[in-house]
Amino acid sequence: MRRPVSLYGLTFSLPLLIWQLLFFVFPLVFLVALSFWTVRNFRLEAGFDTVNWVTMFGRPVFWQAYGTTLAMAAAAAALTSALAFPCAYAIAFKLSPKAQRWAVFLMVIPFFTSYLVRVYSWQVFLSDAGIINVMLGWLGLGPFGLLNTIGATMVGYMTLSFPLVVLLQLFSLVFIDRTLIEAAHNMRCGRLRTVFAVVIPSARVGLVIAALFSFILCFGDFVSPIYLGGGDPTTLSILITDTTKSGQQWPRAAVIALTMIATLMVAAFLAVRFAYKGRTK
Amino acid sequence: MTQDERGGRPGLSRRAMLSLGAAALATPMLSRRAFAAPTQLTMLAWYGHAEPDIVAEFEAENNVKFVPKYYTGGDNMLGLISQSPPGTFDVILSDAEYVQQLNAAGYIEALDPADYPFDEFFPEFQKFPGHWDGDTLYSVITRFGFLGVAYNTDALSEAQASTYDVFWDPALKGKVGHFDWHLPNLGQMSLLNGNASPYDIDGTAWEAVKEKTMTLRPQVGGFFDYGGTFSSLNNGQMLAFAGIGDWITGTLERNGAKVRSVIPEQGGLQFTESFSIGKGSSKADLAKKWIQYITSAKGQSKSAQMAAYPCLIPSEAGWKVLNAENPAEAKRQGMVLGESNAMDLIRSGRIKYRQLPVQQSLEEWNDFWSDYKSA
Repeated sequence: MRRPVSLYGLTFSLPLLIWQLLFFVFPLVFLVALSFWTVRNFRLEAGFDTVNWVTMFGRPVFWQAYGTTLAMAAAAAALTSALAFPCAYAIAFKLSPKAQRWAVFLMVIPFFTSYLVRVYSWQVFLSDAGIINVMLGWLGLGPFGLLNTIGATMVGYMTLSFPLVVLLQLFSLVFIDRTLIEAAHNMRCGRLRTVFAVVIPSARVGLVIAALFSFILCFGDFVSPIYLGGGDPTTLSILITDTTKSGQQWPRAAVIALTMIATLMVAAFLAVRFAYKGRTK
Repeated sequence: MTQDERGGRPGLSRRAMLSLGAAALATPMLSRRAFAAPTQLTMLAWYGHAEPDIVAEFEAENNVKFVPKYYTGGDNMLGLISQSPPGTFDVILSDAEYVQQLNAAGYIEALDPADYPFDEFFPEFQKFPGHWDGDTLYSVITRFGFLGVAYNTDALSEAQASTYDVFWDPALKGKVGHFDWHLPNLGQMSLLNGNASPYDIDGTAWEAVKEKTMTLRPQVGGFFDYGGTFSSLNNGQMLAFAGIGDWITGTLERNGAKVRSVIPEQGGLQFTESFSIGKGSSKADLAKKWIQYITSAKGQSKSAQMAAYPCLIPSEAGWKVLNAENPAEAKRQGMVLGESNAMDLIRSGRIKYRQLPVQQSLEEWNDFWSDYKSA
């Protein structure tokens, strides 16, 4: 039976509803409307014209950037998840409660500084005359072109999402029923096999959600592709700035942005579906 | 009997208290001007134009406080204006090619030429194209600069860098950077292709520019914004750069970086910056006063040495002040009268104005630039 809406219930649910309407639904509706506007002589003209959708979807550069962005974000999510897992695992299962608290604190610290500053500081390490190449030079190696490469962009992506992925994986791992692990060990299951047969399946939801967050953050990131990747190859975020930078083509930028939002929604849906696959209430 | 003896408060008498209180209350009234809140003057400009090294003196003299809104690029500027209510910006700094857009959109006020010291300017800048609509003035030029080949002086000599062909040098593979804006880069490619008017080219010439530009793509190490351009030149990551000039390398050079700019044999491009008064400004008189100040000889000298990025100045009187104040910088920028200088480059026809494409749409140029970047 449906419960009547009470004032008490509204008090707690309304702010969230208003927040969502103000900062998600209204801007999204505006973005959709904007994608049908046109630009004449640098000025936006309200209307309903599908020209922006036709133009953007008809341009090879758009699909090229789309494919690049999708592949790079997916690779970053996989790489970050793979590298973060041993870290989260060690914190969850190997450290004392006090050391765990310190580890969590250390994972939170990066959020205290600007992501842009952290990315800029990577330039000091990765440039031709940077710290890494200088150290390689001591061994008679290099210099290697590390900056302005896809690899450097990946480093930036991990700078952005690694701490968050570790934390999300950690929160998933600490709630695993330890008796399952003990049972596996009792049944002579090796450590590595226990990880793959018990730990990862048990923490699947958290691990998938962590990877999803990494994908979402990297898919829309502008800073790393520009400042570590040198703007090459073009990602969708760079294409948005290119589109707005000349001729005030905000409607076309809206088409790119909406395509990105749709992609992320599909990715989130698929990821959540996969995460909860086979689970019953 | 003193107050203390009467058990009253020690120290000040009531009379003294009243006198002091009255004096304290009256002081702001006596010097009301000194205590009045400064008038806020909003400025829409490239970074640096409302920083203390440029505006502090004017602010102090006129009890003004500039409130800057900085932009990067003309489109960004037009976007900011179009999204703001009329009168939001009192003073607007614009590159020449965008003044016409500002005027067409009704964003700027007509100016009285008699208010500004055009007689102190070199003749070339007294009626600068694009700043006038017929005989009506809309913008006053304040600075300009040249765009050519920017290069690392450790990697290249000036002679090597004196041609756009240097960008194709195999030794620079992956070390050529682009300032990420199609207009200056494609303008330079157009000059390299021998187009006397680099932005006024027919379809055949445009196709040739695109074809030539595409051949440069394997050499390119990156496409950089304002900050990225500075850092990649400064840390030696890029050894040659297209689309920029002394406005970037000059700043780095002043700080010890081994970079310079040169106008290549195929010619260079010229950008200009000019001030207008925003339509609907309630402080138009003060805005006019600012433009008068920055285009005066003293203001021009200050502007040439701007900390954010140096530029050439159109005022001959300003050149004289600059040479008296900072002869080294005047020499470095080529603003010394009586010897080979920046004006000679213009007069010899080696410099062309940067402008919007004439025979193609801006969109066409921009779309090609996106294609080039993703090639």
